[in-house]
Amino acid sequence: MTDQTSNTVSTAESDRSYWKANVRLIRISLVIWALVSFGFGILLRPMLSGIPVGGTDLGFWFAQQGSILVFLALIFFYAWRMNKIDKDYGVEE
Amino acid sequence: MDQFTINLLFVGASFALYIGIAIWARAGSTSEFYAAGRGVHPVTNGMATAADWMSAASFISMAGLIAFTGYDNSSFLMGWTGGYVLLALLLAPYLRKFGKFTVSEFIGDRFYSPTARLVAVICLIVASVTYVIGQMTGVGVAFGRFLEVSNTTGLLIGACVVFAYAVFGGMKGVTYTQVAQYCVLITAYTIPAIFISLQLTGNPIPALGLFGEHQASGEPLLVKLDQIVRELGFNEYTAHHADTLNMTLFTLSLMIGTAGLPHVIMRFFTVPKVSDARWSAGWTLVFIALLYLTAPAVGAMARLNITELMWPNGTDGEAVSIQQIDEDPAYDWMATWQKTGLLGWEDKNGDGMIQYYNDGNAEMQAKAEANGWQGNELTNFNRDILVLANPEIANLPGWVIGLVAAGGLAAALSTAAGLLLAISSAVSHDLIKGQLRPDISEKGELMSARVAMAGAILVATYLGLNPPGFAAQTVALAFGLAAASIFPALMMGIFSKKVNNSGAVAGMLAGLIVTLLYIFLHKGWFFIPGTNTFTDADPLLGTIKSTSFGAIGAAINFTVAYIVTSMTKPIPNEIKELVESVRVPRGAGAAQDGH
Repeated sequence: MTDQTSNTVSTAESDRSYWKANVRLIRISLVIWALVSFGFGILLRPMLSGIPVGGTDLGFWFAQQGSILVFLALIFFYAWRMNKIDKDYGVEE
Repeated sequence: MDQFTINLLFVGASFALYIGIAIWARAGSTSEFYAAGRGVHPVTNGMATAADWMSAASFISMAGLIAFTGYDNSSFLMGWTGGYVLLALLLAPYLRKFGKFTVSEFIGDRFYSPTARLVAVICLIVASVTYVIGQMTGVGVAFGRFLEVSNTTGLLIGACVVFAYAVFGGMKGVTYTQVAQYCVLITAYTIPAIFISLQLTGNPIPALGLFGEHQASGEPLLVKLDQIVRELGFNEYTAHHADTLNMTLFTLSLMIGTAGLPHVIMRFFTVPKVSDARWSAGWTLVFIALLYLTAPAVGAMARLNITELMWPNGTDGEAVSIQQIDEDPAYDWMATWQKTGLLGWEDKNGDGMIQYYNDGNAEMQAKAEANGWQGNELTNFNRDILVLANPEIANLPGWVIGLVAAGGLAAALSTAAGLLLAISSAVSHDLIKGQLRPDISEKGELMSARVAMAGAILVATYLGLNPPGFAAQTVALAFGLAAASIFPALMMGIFSKKVNNSGAVAGMLAGLIVTLLYIFLHKGWFFIPGTNTFTDADPLLGTIKSTSFGAIGAAINFTVAYIVTSMTKPIPNEIKELVESVRVPRGAGAAQDGH
């Protein structure tokens, strides 16, 4: 890591790569977010219709249960990763 | 003790609790009034936000809409939870870092323009007032039933109660009141669901019971449900019938609307640190998910129960007789709900029985002709009554019914109070102090906040008497408006260092106006019934209903903002620095009043 206090140029650089790391994490998370809801829950449901879940199919389960569970996992995963990245870059409060 | 007394006891006790808390935590200074002094723990904040968020739409209305439509209404479930992912990843931490009190302050500062702030305030007010109309619909249903008065009287009583504690409590009162409300509403929602799930499937967890076995028939619950609704000519419960484009856009509108609603975003200003804002969004969704994972089970099981009550001898046997409805205690709920005017039946062919089926289905019309039926005789079943009537339909004990009454009111009132607070702060803090009279005293600001609240509740009550749809549908319109106006501006403000003042103003205005126009064309001008040119059954643009238009509005907002930005002066350096500082948590500190 760069020296945070003595050199403002390197702080700016470090902030930039901190932001890049953040945006990368957001991008990955949002791909999963879209995949489980719009994907498995709606558009890809016909492809999942062969997988039975309690009287219906996996797409129905994702639309009414699975997507919500994945959303929860995503937010906590993001919070945990970001708080760690904050520390790595020394930008935490 | 009769049911009316039990309901009154439960509702009365819960109200005494909320009002007691509101008085105990009465707000003093303006900073306490808006943001509770920022000393709220993420879990507490999550619980209060969940109560604030889960309104009449989630509690009273949503399961009913799912029950009568099935899979196609899954949009509500995914949309109203998926938005929290956007909120947690794209907005909450940065707005907390920015450290001011309101959403429009951020927009005003980031786009270095009092006009941008003013436009944001207008967007917030339009979305919030629409939202409150939906709440008032729910308040009317709940009060109407439990005080055994008409819908209108129920609405007026509800309006007075909301006004009382929102005005005197401020946000701090509301925060702790809302923790209490969350506890009441989640208990009220899950207890009947657990009972019903046990009755039908033997599984105490409704979310698992939904995919479990229907004990009476030995078949999976959803197979059984699909079968009996099919036999009555309705769409199969689990099948996909809705237009896919509209369903996708609707889900997206609800998601981005969630991340653009001021009363929810404001919550994340009240946590101590940036990292807490991230956790807080997660905790909020935990508390919301408890209800949202249960709701689809409530819907499916209620649909099964209602259908079986209407056809006690099976769908091939004879329908329920009027005599049985009048005499059998299992049908008492029908008489009580008939009083509110939200449930109705009519023996059209005079055979002394009530045939409930889909009379729009060709196959059923043939069957009806053969049997001498003259149309569906369960003529009115307002979707908004399903959750409140559910424990009665399932014949649960009186105290459960009383508990659900208290829960339904908690849901509607807590959200209405939160929204009124957002409206009043928009008017007094952003509009009056920020624009019209910057020298207003703290006392004058508080006073104008209260006057704004009273005004908002009057408008919402008036429009709530003739709502543009069921509670959840009206609320969905509010989400569309927030999605088209606020969310894109906030996101561009954080993720772009290029979008400038003119771009943001043009984008917000374009998004808001086009969406509002599309809604008014389908729902009537200013929601006045009968003034619409199109209907959602046959919308203006292809299959896109007015409730789904928010996603298109947001796309218009982004596009216009980028085009206008590219044609006007680039943003100054100090704004670039502001964006850079918002992106990094370091040095967040406490929030300050912006003046």
